[in-house]
Amino acid sequence: MMHESRGGFGRVLATAVLALILTIVPVPTPIGWLRPDWLLLVVIYWSLATPRIAGLLFAWLCGMVIDVVSGTVLGEHALAFLLVGFLTHRLQLRMRIFPIWQQAFVVLLMLLIYQFLIFWIDGMTGQAVMTWRRWIPAIAGAAIWPLITSVMDTLNRRFSR
Amino acid sequence: MATLSSDSRPIIGRGPSLGARFFFLALISVGIMVLDHRQGALDSVRQWLLSSVYPVFRVVDVPFNAWDWVGSSFADRSRLREQSGKLAGELRVANLRLQRLESLTQENRQLRDLRSASTGIADRSLVAEILRVDLDPFRHRVLINKGANASVYKGQAVLAADGVFGQVDRAGLGAAQVILITDSEHATPVQVNRNGLRTIAVGTGEIAKLTLPFLTVDSDVKVGDLLITSGLGGIFPAGYPVAEITKVERDAAETFAIVEAKPLAKLDRDREVLLIWSEPVPSLDSAPPATTKPTP
Repeated sequence: MMHESRGGFGRVLATAVLALILTIVPVPTPIGWLRPDWLLLVVIYWSLATPRIAGLLFAWLCGMVIDVVSGTVLGEHALAFLLVGFLTHRLQLRMRIFPIWQQAFVVLLMLLIYQFLIFWIDGMTGQAVMTWRRWIPAIAGAAIWPLITSVMDTLNRRFSR
Repeated sequence: MATLSSDSRPIIGRGPSLGARFFFLALISVGIMVLDHRQGALDSVRQWLLSSVYPVFRVVDVPFNAWDWVGSSFADRSRLREQSGKLAGELRVANLRLQRLESLTQENRQLRDLRSASTGIADRSLVAEILRVDLDPFRHRVLINKGANASVYKGQAVLAADGVFGQVDRAGLGAAQVILITDSEHATPVQVNRNGLRTIAVGTGEIAKLTLPFLTVDSDVKVGDLLITSGLGGIFPAGYPVAEITKVERDAAETFAIVEAKPLAKLDRDREVLLIWSEPVPSLDSAPPATTKPTP
C-alpha cells in the first residue's frame, strides 16, 4: 500500500514545509480547534513510507520547528515528535500491512500520546491549557489519516516514476 | 512494497540502534528544555531560529495582504469620502485632547519628579503589524513584523488603539512574538481607576475575559469600573486602560470575590499595535517580569 521510494528527500522536505504552512494558516476560531497536527501526520507518513530518509532526527527537527513557531519551551514538541517517530519506526512493519481503518486507529493512539505528553510538559513548565478541546486535533488527525495516505501515496507514485 | 527488516538501512555502517538513537535525542530534548526553561540561556538561539522560520510566516501572510490591497484599491469613492470625513472629525477631537495632554504630561512629570517615582511615561512608540498566522489555538500569542532589528526587546509593552494589548515574549530579528493579556500565562498589574485599588488581572485563555482572583469580598469594586495599568512590575507604563469589570460576585462565606473583566482592546480584531518604549528604559535584570504568576 505504502510506496517505497528512493531519493525522495526533496519530496519529504516539500511536504513538511506544506504541512507547516497548513499549521499556521489563519482560519476562524472554531475551525482552528479542529486543525489536526499536520506536520506530525506527515512525519508519521514518511516514517512508514521511507523510514530510511525520514528517521528519528527528521521527526525531532520537525518538532523543534513547531516549538519555535508556537513559542513553547524549546524541546517540548521535539520530544513528543521524537516519541511518535520512535513508536512509528518500531511498529512500521506491522502498520504497513494493517487495513486502513486499523492504521487510523493506531495513528489516533499515537496522536493522543503526543497530546498527553505536550499537556504534561505544559503543566510542568507553566500553565497547561485545561480544556477538553485540546483532544480534538488528535481525533481530527486520525479521521483525516486515510485521506492523507491516499493523496500522498498517489503523489509518491507519480513522482517516483 | 514492504521490506522484511524493520530497519531498512544497509547492514554495514548501521550506526547505533533505533532505541539508542531515541534515547540520545530524548536526552538532548530534555537538556534543551531545562536550559530554555530554567535559565533562559537559549534566548539568542531562539532569536535566530525564529528569524529562520520567518519566511514561512511571510509566505502565509502575503496572500491575505494582497487580498486587502485589492480590496482597498477598488474601494468605491463614496465610502472613501465618508471614511475620510469621519477620520477628520476624529482627528479634530483628538487634537483638542492632545493640547490639554501636553500640559498635563508636563505637570505629571513634575509631580513624579517630586515624588521621585520610578514608573516612566511612554515617550517613544512604533507601529507594528500583526502577521496573519495562527500560532496555537489554545494560547493567545501573535506574531508582529518588528523585531530586535527595530530594538524590540523581551518584556516590552504592546498597546492597541483602545487599551493594553500584551507584551513581547520572544523577540526575533525581524519579528517578535507577543503574549496577549488574556493568555492564561499572563498577569497584568492593574488598579481600579475610580479609587486606585491595586490588584492583578490574570488571563483566562478566553479572548474576552480576564479574572481578578485577588480581590477580597469586601473590596470596593463594582460592575463598570475601569481598570488601568498600575505601573508596578516595570513592564507596562502606568495609566493605560486595560479592561472593564463585567461581573462581581460576592459570597460572604468566601475570602475572595469572583471578579471578571473584559479587555478594552479588540484583541482578536486589531491588525496594528503600538510598541512602547518607556522613559527610563527598563533593563532586563532589574525589572521583575510581570508574567510570573503568583501562586493562588
